[in-house]
Formats: sequence, structure tokens, C-alpha cells
Amino acid sequence: MLEVNSISKKFDNFQAVKNVSFKAKQGEVLGFLGPNGAGKSTTMKMITGFLDSSGGDARICGHSISLEPLEAQRNLGYVPENAPLYEEMYVREFLEFVAKMREVKNEKIEERINQVIRMCSLEAVEFQKLETLSKGYKRRVSLAQALIHDPKVLILDEPTDGLDPNQKHDVRALIKKLARDKCILISTHILEEVEEVCDRCIIIGEGEKLFEGSPEELKSKSNKGRIQDVFRAITTGQKLQGVTL
Amino acid sequence: MMSKATKHLFFKEFSSYFKTPLGYVFLVIFLFGIGYLTFEPGRGSFFYMREASMASFFRYIPWMFLFLIPAVSMRLWSEERKSGTIELLLTMPVTVKEAVIAKFLASWAFLGVALAGTLPMIITVIYLGNPDLGVIVLGYIASFLMAGALLAVGGFFSALTKNQVISFILTVCTSFLLIMAGSPPILEFISAFSPRYFVDLFEALSVLNHFEAIERGVFSLSNLWFFGVMITCWLYGNIILVNENKAN
Repeated sequence: MLEVNSISKKFDNFQAVKNVSFKAKQGEVLGFLGPNGAGKSTTMKMITGFLDSSGGDARICGHSISLEPLEAQRNLGYVPENAPLYEEMYVREFLEFVAKMREVKNEKIEERINQVIRMCSLEAVEFQKLETLSKGYKRRVSLAQALIHDPKVLILDEPTDGLDPNQKHDVRALIKKLARDKCILISTHILEEVEEVCDRCIIIGEGEKLFEGSPEELKSKSNKGRIQDVFRAITTGQKLQGVTL
Repeated sequence: MMSKATKHLFFKEFSSYFKTPLGYVFLVIFLFGIGYLTFEPGRGSFFYMREASMASFFRYIPWMFLFLIPAVSMRLWSEERKSGTIELLLTMPVTVKEAVIAKFLASWAFLGVALAGTLPMIITVIYLGNPDLGVIVLGYIASFLMAGALLAVGGFFSALTKNQVISFILTVCTSFLLIMAGSPPILEFISAFSPRYFVDLFEALSVLNHFEAIERGVFSLSNLWFFGVMITCWLYGNIILVNENKAN
């Protein structure tokens, strides 16, 4: 469903992403891990078609993002980092705008808006202006807009960043629920999130893929079962006591 | 033919002018300013001329546009880039070209609303005398075309920088140059160090000359062509800049 083949990105002399490849299928939540500046967001932006890649390609439901961008984009929902929104709009109005842009049929728009409002628990704020919402609600509106057209592939760039523990729990519960019939790529640097929601994870550092496997495999590399030690050992290249790579 | 995405984005952008104070502030300043300049009791004013025409109104339109159009265009792309919503917009099934055109048309339509707000002046002129309505209609067409050309310039600079103030200043400077390109002091200055054909080319680029030609009632294809080419070229530059700068 989501296939990334040797994707690379070069900004002038800086190689931000180097030949990253992976696949994810329906019903799978793939965690995308890495320290800040590792190239997670850049890779995601290339998969969504926002950035052109310098090499390689991504295919969404069989459509190449570089050759058939509009067709590929029709099949994906995207929550960008920091959840940017058109602040002057109202929640329902914004969702309606996204639904129209996402080519949801006119007779279905109302129904879809009501569904995503329920799914993302936005009932309390549905008639409010986006600029008046708290950070937690803004994240949920951003998630709602990504779901409005019921896409097959979801790309979530740090969807729980800055949320309180209760809100994090709600968003993770929603991701798990959605994962049944979608393919989800989620970037995060919260390691507990990986254990909780991801079936598989990829670690990248300095633009390169350093690890691919299940959270259990990652955990098993530490004799104390400390996933953060393994993450540090992989991304910094340091030898840590009790970690065997 | 507009695509559906262009149409939806156009309506969203157009209505956004009426959701923030910017749209209303613009309309009030524009209508008050042009009304005052047209009827102010100085030389060349409406009452001094003692004729039923809108010549004094159209004389001041370019100068009102010089400062007010950059205020409308400065947010077109700068704000999208600064707030990050450009990422949201350009990952929807819409091309950069469609997005640029939709935003430009929405701002142009807003300027159309502003111009429509001056219609009571036509009623005043008709009430007071017997004006040549053809010339007035052409004057409005010329004003609308000039607004489009200056908006396209503004859209270009808005895509150049995230900073709205810089975008505003660059648009004012470029618009001033384009308006004044055919004026004698500027042509004299250029002819001091440039060959004749360059001076002619510069004169041909003058927005004011083409505006005044239509406003006087001479509606030729070359004038229409000038504004069409002007808008197309600046919009093309706008598309290139959005593609180049979207990730920065």
C-alpha cells in the first residue's frame, strides 16, 4: 500500500535523506523514529509530494508520487508537523473546505464531517474558530482533516507532540482503531509510543536507515529491555553497556 | 475552465477577506480615500472641472492602488509559508499552478468588489449631468486590468519572502517603477546611459500609459494584450517561486 524505494533528498551540498526504502501494508502502523534533524519530516514530505525527491520514488496504493502526484495524493491523509491550520476559519467550515478539496461527494460531505468530528471528539468545539482552540484540539482538528476523505494511507508527523498525557492516550487509541483498515506511517521520538501503537519501526539517523524491525526486536537488543538505550546506541553509534546491536 | 480544486480554493480565499479585519479596513480606506481625492476642493477636482465625467476619479486610481494593492497581495503566499498551511494545501490534490491562479483570482475579485463600491459616484455623475457612459465603463475596465497586473506583481513578491512587510515594500517599489516607467523624468534618466530601443521598451512597459489609453476611451487590443502578458508573466514567476521556496 505504501512503498518507498531508495528515496533521497539533497539540499545544495547537504544530503538530508540517503536512499531510504521501506514498505508498509494495510492494517500496519509503521513507526518512523530518529533524533531531531535525522530526516524524518523531509522523508514524509517527499512521500506526500510536498517536496520533490532528488532520487528514488514513493508509491501510494500503486501510484507514483512523482509521476502521478494527484492520484497518489487522493489516497493519502497527512498531518503535518505542528498541525498548521487556517486559523480564521471555523472547525466545521474548515473540514468542509478540506472535504471539497479532497473531492468528497457533495451529498457525503455532511456525513463525513459528522463522522470525523465524532472520531476525533471535536463535538465541544465544532462551531468554534480555529484560532481560539487549545493545542490539543488543534491537533485533533488536523487529524480530522486528514481523515475526512477516508484515505487508505495516513502519514502523521509527530501527531502527539505537545499534548498532555490524556490527550496522548486518546490520539493513540484513535490511531490503533484506525489501523485496522489503513496503512499508517507515524513519526515520533516518544519511544513509549512505538511500543504502544507500532507494529514495526524504522530508525533513521543522518538521513540513513539504521534499523528496521518490530518494537520487540528493538527491545530485545537490550538485556534490561530498555528501548531508549537501544535507540541511543543505534543513532549515536556509541557502545552502551547491556546493548548488543 | 476552472478545475474543481481551483474553484473551491477561490471561494475559500475570497471569503477569507471578509473574515479578517484586513478586508474591511481595505474597503473603508479605499472608498474613503478615492472619494476624498475625487471630490477634494483642489485643482483638477471633480467640482473644479465643471464637467460630468469621472476623469478626476480615474486620475487618482493608480495612486490609490499603488499602496493598497500590495496590502492585499502581501499575505497571499507569505502567510501560507509562515504558518505552514502551505504544506496542508499542496498535499491536497491541487497543483501549484491551480493554487496560484485560485489565489490570484480571489484577490482580483476582491478588488472588483472594492471598485463596485464606487458605483454611487457614477450615479452622482449621471444625476448631475450627461456623461459618456462608454468612457466610464472603459475606465472601470482599465482600473480592473491594472489592479490585476499589480496584484500579479504582489503575488510574485509574496511568494519570494515569508515576511509580509518585505513583500509589501518590494511590491510598492516595483509597482511604482511600472507605473512611472513612461514618465518623462524616468525616460530622460534612462536615455542618458541606454540606447534608444531600450528607452522605447521601457516606455512600452508603462502601466500608466496603457491605463490612460483605455481610460480615455481608446480600447485597443495592444492594451488588452499588455495587461494579459503582464499578468501571465508575473503569475508564471509566482508559480516558479512557490515551487522553489515552499520547503524553506
